[in-house]
Amino acid sequence: MRPAAARASAILGAILLALVLFAAVAAPLIAPYKPTAIELRQRLLPPAWEAAGSSRHLLGTDNVGRDLFSRIVWGARISLSVGLAAASLGAVIGGTLGLCAGYFGGAVDAVISWLIEVQLAFPFTLFAIFLLAAFGGGFLPVVGVLALATWVNYARVVRGQAMSLRSQDFILAAQSVGVGPARLLRRYLLPAVLPSIVVVGSFSAAQAILTEAALSFLGVGVDPTIPSWGAMLNLGRNYLQTAWWMAIFPGIAIAITVLGINLLGDWLGTRLDPRAG
Amino acid sequence: MTAPLLDVSGLTIRFGATLAVDDISFTLGEGEAIGIVGESGSGKSATILAALRLHPASTTITGMLAFRGQDITQLSPDALRDLRGGQIAMIFQDPLTAFNPLMRIGKQIAEVLTRHRGLSRQAADAEAIRLLAQVGITEPARRARQYPHEFSGGMRQRVMIAQALAGDPALLIADEPTTALDPTVQAEIVRLIASLRRARGMGLIWVTHDLALMAGIVDRVLVMKSGRIVEDAAVDDLYRAPRHPYTRTLLAAVSRGIGP
Amino acid sequence: MKDIFVRYGQRAALAGIDFAVGAGETVAVIGESGCGKSTLGRALLGLQPVAAGRVMFKGEDLATLPAATLRHRRRLMQMMFQDPQASLNPRMRIGETLAEPLVVHHLATWRTARTMVAEMLNRVGLSPAHAGRYPHEFSGGQRQRIAIARAMIAGPELVVADEPLSALDVTLQGQILDLLASLQQERALTYVFISHDLPVVRHLAGRVSVMLGGRIVEQGAPAELFAKPAHPYTAALCDAVPIADPRIARAKLLEKQPESHEGQPAPDACPFSVRCPHARPICIEAMPGLRSIAAGRQAACWLHEEPA
Repeated sequence: MRPAAARASAILGAILLALVLFAAVAAPLIAPYKPTAIELRQRLLPPAWEAAGSSRHLLGTDNVGRDLFSRIVWGARISLSVGLAAASLGAVIGGTLGLCAGYFGGAVDAVISWLIEVQLAFPFTLFAIFLLAAFGGGFLPVVGVLALATWVNYARVVRGQAMSLRSQDFILAAQSVGVGPARLLRRYLLPAVLPSIVVVGSFSAAQAILTEAALSFLGVGVDPTIPSWGAMLNLGRNYLQTAWWMAIFPGIAIAITVLGINLLGDWLGTRLDPRAG
Repeated sequence: MTAPLLDVSGLTIRFGATLAVDDISFTLGEGEAIGIVGESGSGKSATILAALRLHPASTTITGMLAFRGQDITQLSPDALRDLRGGQIAMIFQDPLTAFNPLMRIGKQIAEVLTRHRGLSRQAADAEAIRLLAQVGITEPARRARQYPHEFSGGMRQRVMIAQALAGDPALLIADEPTTALDPTVQAEIVRLIASLRRARGMGLIWVTHDLALMAGIVDRVLVMKSGRIVEDAAVDDLYRAPRHPYTRTLLAAVSRGIGP
Repeated sequence: MKDIFVRYGQRAALAGIDFAVGAGETVAVIGESGCGKSTLGRALLGLQPVAAGRVMFKGEDLATLPAATLRHRRRLMQMMFQDPQASLNPRMRIGETLAEPLVVHHLATWRTARTMVAEMLNRVGLSPAHAGRYPHEFSGGQRQRIAIARAMIAGPELVVADEPLSALDVTLQGQILDLLASLQQERALTYVFISHDLPVVRHLAGRVSVMLGGRIVEQGAPAELFAKPAHPYTAALCDAVPIADPRIARAKLLEKQPESHEGQPAPDACPFSVRCPHARPICIEAMPGLRSIAAGRQAACWLHEEPA
């Protein structure tokens, strides 16, 4: 992609993400209603620009009269925090395991590689559903499960990089000075693989948000009373014919967020390319 | 009177704000060999890159640089392409990066032959093999079918020389061609270039930072420092009675041989 | 003192090496690419696993030491790597790189190391202000000085220098050599110099070992070794050194050269057998051991073996 086009799409991504971030942070200020405020007399109102709509509910209401706009704005918090938490936890797990596998090699690598293979061979979503159904939904279990889903992405990339780095002269030189493995991993290898982790992280965050939506959609996500976009999608699918806005708007919100993250991540990936740096 | 092989007059080269070459002038006669010696940053590489206009477009080059009477700075792109690899050939320090790793050696040499000598494909392939033999590569027919990475450093340098010779050049420019090589291989390459030059009557410009290396192969030496030529003398005079203090420093730093 | 016998892998990178260095000596290991001299350097410091034989440092077999003890011993034996840029962590400021050996060996804390780092920078001809910079901000010569500083800062007894001059212009080479020589005087260091550049080695080394194809083919004091080489390969190396006298150089270029054969020598053969002007049939069959041919001189060549 030509630099100008690449920059333009990165800026677009940044704008989209900023929008979502703003919504999440400013939710208490910009949401006209509480996301859980039920008002049965206002139920199933279409968006304000429709004939039957009301200017008091910009995007309409859901089946129990909760304002959709408020719920979407508050939902940004959930999605972003889930995405960030899952990506971070995945990064910590995957990055650490990948570094150890790549640096130590031998038995350590064998075990970790086997774990990676196993996970990749697994139909993960199924497993996630099973886990969550067993433990119930909720924020922490979902984040945990999502981190489990994404750690492999980090681990593979980091392992490969660590393996090629470990035979390089500056590692050998540090070893000859007497630097121990702990410091070698932390101060030599980690900074070198960090750009890759960031890039994988951005995509993992997007993946986590989508998966959370899917899990909520299937009913095993975070608490359905908390307005997660996925839960809203789940709720809305029963009303697609009658109240399309209940599903479409959360869907758009998810799409915007994921698109923003991917565009930004793409750009980050080219910028942080270790071969250029 | 025929024009000299290379006539440089008032050459100045700037990279942005940096002055790499500062108003230098020298001439090279047909079949003459000169050595340009200087440390990193002396401007020696910049000078010879200008001979083939290999600098990026952002470089400012003023002054005159003429090959057999033709001003190189004024040549059209087509004429320039004819010159490069044809009448003026250049060999570099790192043979590995000078070749296309995905193309067989024989084919890469043959390309030069078809381009500059108008040979047919078959003739070019045969000539390529002949050239490889000329530069001392054994089993040239087999080796011509190999890829660059299958050759050792010294061998690759020979192949680069073969490719340079393919265009039947009147002038060969060598930019630190032996710096990365082992001493025995180094000696072989120097010997090879010297004998090829004698056989073909080529002009030669040898760029290095090591005065001892070029002692036997050149007729004249240019000493460069900070973009200027500080001494320009016949080789015997320079080594016996260097006039500029910097030349003396360089001479002191190199070996006077070893052994019996 | 070290006795080494290293064999690495099927095709031996080092084969049957007996190599000893006494305290305070300067020993040079010379040879061309692929002869195994860098491998030997690394093996001396325990950075290269040894397939057979022992590497002993001050009476201790490096291979038998537990990892933590080995790391501790490293303070006493340091290495300067061939490419100074590649041997420095590009993401660490050099102040930290230089402080690291001190901290790792408990000679200072990160805080107190600063003065020692400044002293060391001064000693190698750089300024303490440079401590805040990254490796890529320095010139080649400066990076070499940084590599020296890092090797010396923790107070080693043995320093293995792998081609310390090959990346430098000739004028810089002299300066770096002087620095290394003065450091040796000052600190009573033992040097092992690895190089393919004979003239450099001649002035510094008390003893020279010539390596080819993973073996030591000749050893001795430099003056005699270069004046009267016992092994044909050493003679070839001496012959290849450029001479800064145009008339002699020109005459040499016109000399007839022996046919240079391509191809690998057979596994047990003398590694020089393909190029040697004195090669005999026996040279292709087997390689003789290193044998003493005069006081302080050894060579591994059938020319010096007693006729069978």
